Amino acid sequence: MRSKPLLLTILDILSILVLGISTYLALFFAPTERVMGEVQRVFYFHIGTAWTALMGFILAAVFSIIYLVTKNLKWDRYQVAAIEVSLVFFFLTIVLGSIWARPAWNTWWTWDPRLTTAAVTELIYIAYFMLRQGIDDPERRARFGAVYALIGGLSAPVTFFAIRLFRTIHPVVIGGANAEAQGGFAMTADMRVAFFFALFAFTIIFIDLYWNRIRLGELQDQVEQLKLKVTM
Amino acid sequence: MTEQRPASQPAPGSFLKAVSAVVWKDLQAEFRSRELFSAMLVFSLLIILIFNFALELDIKTRQSVTSGVLWATFAFAGTLGLNRSMAIEKDRGCMDGLLLAPVDRSAIYFGKVISNLAFMLVVEIIVLPVYSVLYGINLIQPGLLFVILLGSIGYAGVGTLLSAMSVQTRTRDILLPILLFPVVIPVILSAVKASGGYLEGLPFDEILSPLSLLIAYDIIFIAVAFMVFDNVVEE
Repeated sequence: MRSKPLLLTILDILSILVLGISTYLALFFAPTERVMGEVQRVFYFHIGTAWTALMGFILAAVFSIIYLVTKNLKWDRYQVAAIEVSLVFFFLTIVLGSIWARPAWNTWWTWDPRLTTAAVTELIYIAYFMLRQGIDDPERRARFGAVYALIGGLSAPVTFFAIRLFRTIHPVVIGGANAEAQGGFAMTADMRVAFFFALFAFTIIFIDLYWNRIRLGELQDQVEQLKLKVTM
Repeated sequence: MTEQRPASQPAPGSFLKAVSAVVWKDLQAEFRSRELFSAMLVFSLLIILIFNFALELDIKTRQSVTSGVLWATFAFAGTLGLNRSMAIEKDRGCMDGLLLAPVDRSAIYFGKVISNLAFMLVVEIIVLPVYSVLYGINLIQPGLLFVILLGSIGYAGVGTLLSAMSVQTRTRDILLPILLFPVVIPVILSAVKASGGYLEGLPFDEILSPLSLLIAYDIIFIAVAFMVFDNVVEE
């Protein structure tokens, strides 16, 4: 078995480190928001996980196009890994958002465009894994997976625009304001430090998990090939 | 690689001919058995019956939920038809025969989309007057029919691609709605919004945005499905 690359081990340790620092910045360093109070601190991790998950989904759509063109199974591994890690991160985003929404909007959930799109996106990628599970042939699994990831990746933004036809109450903290949004606020300098560090931290953590997942996929393929050799 | 290509480009009419051959084959098979059509129709009527009790469709609620009930009915009945039409091809080995035919694969895709669309439309044409009579709402309006046509095109376009994938998996028919529904949500959403707009007699400006979204969806997804269909049927 190939040993773990040194850089990956360093990245593992770095991930734990930045997660610790980011937690400290979000919970203690950043000032308490005036109106919403302590619960606003959820925001830092909410955006951190959301940003990385969305990048992961976009990456997966790009990899699925590359796979369909090149038919190299390497791109399939990259795509599955991106979707799997993003699915977990996006789930965290939804849960964290819900925790914030309970005091801010007085409800755990509302059928707002962003929330609905998030829920639909999760369902699309869960369906993606169900599709893959039903196919034994690795080459076909990769082809179908790529096609579905592409269709799903296209459909998520269209869903967002479709629901935009109805109104939204989700606040837009970065860029643009919405008069009907509830729970928006302006960031102070210290909040910005915590915010950008959280973005940085989750990007590092995402890359680390992503890399580990790709490595796992490669090892899985090796195991499958070895099993085939033994039975032959 | 060049020697594998046909020496001359096929005549422009041959693509249409191939598409219509696939459509004709499906319609003829259906005309003889009437399996799919009758199942879809009865299923749709049963869904409306269930909605009748589930939502207590009295005069007041009817006005607001009619478009939703209609689209839920079409979506559920649609999966039944999509599953069946691909399962027949797979079970009797017809798919292999189709793939062996010396035509462009996309002709098979468009042929299947058109025949699936035809089945959906026939069911809808019967369901609409029945619903109108049962609930005293006039559903036979040109605007509404146009929305239903656009929505069904998008639904059949994506559905045909996904059903071609789902029949080749272990879980088969269970998988199709799971794959299809999250992806066609934009169709259902904008179709419900546009049909509701026509039923309430809203001015055209307010119906325009869901309507244009519906058209955009149809174009984008049929174009993508057309490009990737090769990957789905390739053996």
